Amino acid sequence: MTSQDGKMSESTKTGVATPALKLSADAEARIDDLQSRYPTKKATLLPVLWEIQNSEGWISTEWMEYAARRCDVTPSHVLSVVTFYTMFHQQPVGKYHVQVCRNICCHMVGAPDLIEAVESRLGLKHGEVSEDGKFSLEHVECLAACSWGPVMQINRTMHENLTPEAAVKVLDGLE
Amino acid sequence: MDWSEAVTRVLFEHRDEKDVHTFEGWKAVGGFSALEKALKMKPEEVVEEVKAAGLRGRGGAGFPTGVKWGFIPKNTDKPIYLCVNADESEPGTCKDRVLMEDLPFMCLEGAIIAAYAIKASMAFWYIRGEFDLPERRMRAAIETLREKGLIGKNILGSGWDLDFVIHRGAGAYICGEETGLISSLEGDKGQPKIKPPFPAIKGAFGCPTIVNNVESLAAVPWIMRNGASAYAKLGTEKSNGTKLFSVSGQVNRPGVYEVEMGYPLRDLLENECGGMKRGRALKAVIPGGSSMPVLPAEVALQTNLDYESVQAAGSMLGSGGMIVIDDSQSMPELLKILGRFYSHESCGQCTPCREGTPWGSRVLDRVADGAARPDDLETLERIARFLSGTTICLLADSLAMPIRSFFQHFREEFEALVPTEAGEKSGG
Repeated sequence: MTSQDGKMSESTKTGVATPALKLSADAEARIDDLQSRYPTKKATLLPVLWEIQNSEGWISTEWMEYAARRCDVTPSHVLSVVTFYTMFHQQPVGKYHVQVCRNICCHMVGAPDLIEAVESRLGLKHGEVSEDGKFSLEHVECLAACSWGPVMQINRTMHENLTPEAAVKVLDGLE
Repeated sequence: MDWSEAVTRVLFEHRDEKDVHTFEGWKAVGGFSALEKALKMKPEEVVEEVKAAGLRGRGGAGFPTGVKWGFIPKNTDKPIYLCVNADESEPGTCKDRVLMEDLPFMCLEGAIIAAYAIKASMAFWYIRGEFDLPERRMRAAIETLREKGLIGKNILGSGWDLDFVIHRGAGAYICGEETGLISSLEGDKGQPKIKPPFPAIKGAFGCPTIVNNVESLAAVPWIMRNGASAYAKLGTEKSNGTKLFSVSGQVNRPGVYEVEMGYPLRDLLENECGGMKRGRALKAVIPGGSSMPVLPAEVALQTNLDYESVQAAGSMLGSGGMIVIDDSQSMPELLKILGRFYSHESCGQCTPCREGTPWGSRVLDRVADGAARPDDLETLERIARFLSGTTICLLADSLAMPIRSFFQHFREEFEALVPTEAGEKSGG
């Protein structure tokens, strides 16, 4: 299979399996456990991709090939799944991945001002990563926190009822 | 009906009690007595009880839960699966989040009873990928019940086994559609499947499967403890029980509220939500999540919150995600956001949706941004027409319904942005 920059990965080029990548022993054990319980190995693809992303921060071509082997599917199937779901990253994101909701409920209670303040503080636009790798920014669709908008999620932590000033304070407080 | 009396609480009956999110806390308020009771009954009797309660699916469709359970083929030799739909993603909807954060063991007790009723051997809790606390709470709750023997082999000596796993989504709205959810669970892109066959006949892994929303299952313990007739007494004749409404937008106290079916929308806004923010005037309400038709203020304020009344008013109760819009808002701007959302979330397999939602979104963008062409409103009406009823699932309709209803009630706002003749206002 082909990586994003168009280069063929080692295994495709040579026809030899990539030196076996492995996750931590705990993660491998969790996957083994799930595979003993799910009706098919293929069904554990999303959990396997989560294990990879939790460990590596993003999902490279080599790790997609690992997932394909682990779940008995083709690498192209893994690629189709990774690209379908917006939470799977195909390139590194920042240490702090900042997600601001742009949907209707947050919009009505101040999301445009919030987004402007966050973009200006970070010097980033939607989809960008800061040069030092500390921050990345993404405008996202509804995060199911509509009664507490506008909201911003940093990695997995939700920040609610934000003013632009409060959001900037949160960002400035990150090490 | 006199609503001045305190409304009976079903889902939030114990929400404010100390540590009710823990195993001990839930046990202290009578938790798991419903499961004990259910396991002494035959599975078919549990199905009948939920049918008699008149509980209807709270994810949006409003289909009777017990009737759905009854569609599982008798004497099938295949494994049967329960999928809990915790992929809460419809803009305006944040009720399942609250249930999972505050009452994880109640949700889980309801799901285990459901699994027993349909004779499932395995259940999946499909939770949206962005959820943090809800996922941690549900994961911990499942592990606790495994330790306590309420998930696993021979539960409470009934001879019935059930395994339960959390399956985490990864950011795709369409996985909240039940067959999209099944595709995602199977390790595929979350693309919906043609029905029939319905999941109850041929669902996950080709086996009989029931997909239920969290809120539907969360009501089951109360029904089993208090009896179907107690539940059926609540609400209106055809919309039984209570419903959660997650209210967002320009009200003083947005939040998630439980009210009896049939409660006046006006009372919810004025009493629970404390009226409009900064004394502004109500302009419109989307009563059941962003895909449902919008109601203008004068219609919304006359509407009661039950399936039939909201339908008679021209919309649908949906998920109960109530979006309250005040007179400072531009309707073309709001519709533009919805256009962008539904085109972003189209799974891409049906041509009318894959092509039509981005097309609609592009036209809505230029209308809202002051670059409309003279025939843009007609174009949008045409797009809405061919988005309706032409696709495998309802995502395409979910943009068509807002387009039609926004035009029906607020057409003048759109017309004001469109030049009357070619060239007159072609800003872009």
